[in-house]
Amino acid sequence: MAGMLAFYHTTVGKKIVMAVTGVMMFFWLLGHMVGNLQIFLGPDKINSYAHFLHGGAAEILVVVRTVMIIAVLLHILAAVQVTLANWAARPVGYSVKKDIETSYAARTMIWTGPLILIYLVYHLLMFTFLKVGPGISDTDVYRNVVEAFQVPLISGIYIVAMIMLAFHLWHGAWSMLQTLGANHPKYNRLRKIVATGLSVIIAVGFVSVPVAVLLGFIR
Amino acid sequence: MKLTLKIWRQESPSAKGRLVAYPMDHVEGDMSFLELLDILNQSLIKKGEAPVAFDHDCREGICGSCGFMISGIAHGPQKLTTTCQLFMRQFKDGDTIVAEPFRSKAFPVIKDLVVDRSALDKIVQAGGFISARTGSGPDANAILIPKEKADKSMDAAACIGCGACIAACPNGSAMLFTSAKISHLGLLPQGQTERHQRALRMVSKMEELGFGACSNHGECEAVCPKGITLEFIARLNRDFLVASVVATKEAVKKV
Repeated sequence: MAGMLAFYHTTVGKKIVMAVTGVMMFFWLLGHMVGNLQIFLGPDKINSYAHFLHGGAAEILVVVRTVMIIAVLLHILAAVQVTLANWAARPVGYSVKKDIETSYAARTMIWTGPLILIYLVYHLLMFTFLKVGPGISDTDVYRNVVEAFQVPLISGIYIVAMIMLAFHLWHGAWSMLQTLGANHPKYNRLRKIVATGLSVIIAVGFVSVPVAVLLGFIR
Repeated sequence: MKLTLKIWRQESPSAKGRLVAYPMDHVEGDMSFLELLDILNQSLIKKGEAPVAFDHDCREGICGSCGFMISGIAHGPQKLTTTCQLFMRQFKDGDTIVAEPFRSKAFPVIKDLVVDRSALDKIVQAGGFISARTGSGPDANAILIPKEKADKSMDAAACIGCGACIAACPNGSAMLFTSAKISHLGLLPQGQTERHQRALRMVSKMEELGFGACSNHGECEAVCPKGITLEFIARLNRDFLVASVVATKEAVKKV
């Protein structure tokens, strides 16, 4: 335990915790996206998937949710602690400072993070707790989604949130490989391609649902 | 050519500093940046003013003494170049150049452009050594080292400890420096004895001194005059992770 604490006490340890929890969230997002895309196969398909999750797979769902909540909390805790340490590391700033290599996504990680968290709360209130938005059916997931996304404002919020998520994932995917020590000149180009590909696939996959509803493909 | 230098002037560590503009006429392209400062200082001395304090030693780009921010970039706009090897031909007539000291909590300003970088020495003291037997020199090829490893180790050992990586990092992190110091020993057979202890102690010392964390921005790599790459930071992460898992209590002990 003392070893664990010493490990977490360093920012390198905190970054490794952020990377590992980041990898977990990545896989979870991919699963969530594949689940969502079933909406294109019609109401029966996605509704029976929802029933399966809450029926046959209910115990697994509880475990997965618990693990994901812990991962999210650890990710946030480490991010806040690391950021505070970073801000403290340069008390006097520069009057002129040029960025050469860093990206917009990398510099805004600490802002896209909390914005995604706010979105996450909104999203859970809407589709998990069914407290906000037009969707109120307990059993008809398909209707909940379609009716919510037919409101342009709600669709807009989802689309903007997914673009922010893509930015966060783009730097996150590359960064977590680096933090976990996966850097080799032979594979570094591939690493950037994989990071870009994954974040685009996830964002496009999620955004396709509200866009399809807005355009009337799903009604 | 004519240039305007805006230089950070600060009397002492506790004094409040400010940027002071110095118009410079007759600047030659073949002058180095430090030679330009020499000329400015001569004129300041003649006028009875205090010359601009700046660190320098070898003036051939190998010692790591010089360095400050030149218009927002550590060591200035030319890649793989220390401040002393930056020549004025890199600038255009009429340019305004801002010279500021490296900024970091661990690098307090001593005077003008001079900062105290002894924090880097403390990181090296924490683990930048190997155990070696004393006595006569070892046979040349007694320990076999693969060429690639020797080359990679030399790449890391090229670090001159100038501190530009810390100055350029948006987080004021010393990861590139520390990773170079951990790697150049860790890559060689002679560095294996203390490998885990080195990773743990140097990282923990780095944290203690108030440097920030690595966010993988890559700014350090972009300004490093010796071309140290982010590959070494990944190596530090690997060594630290492995060491944390297997290290004994003795190795984690504070130094």
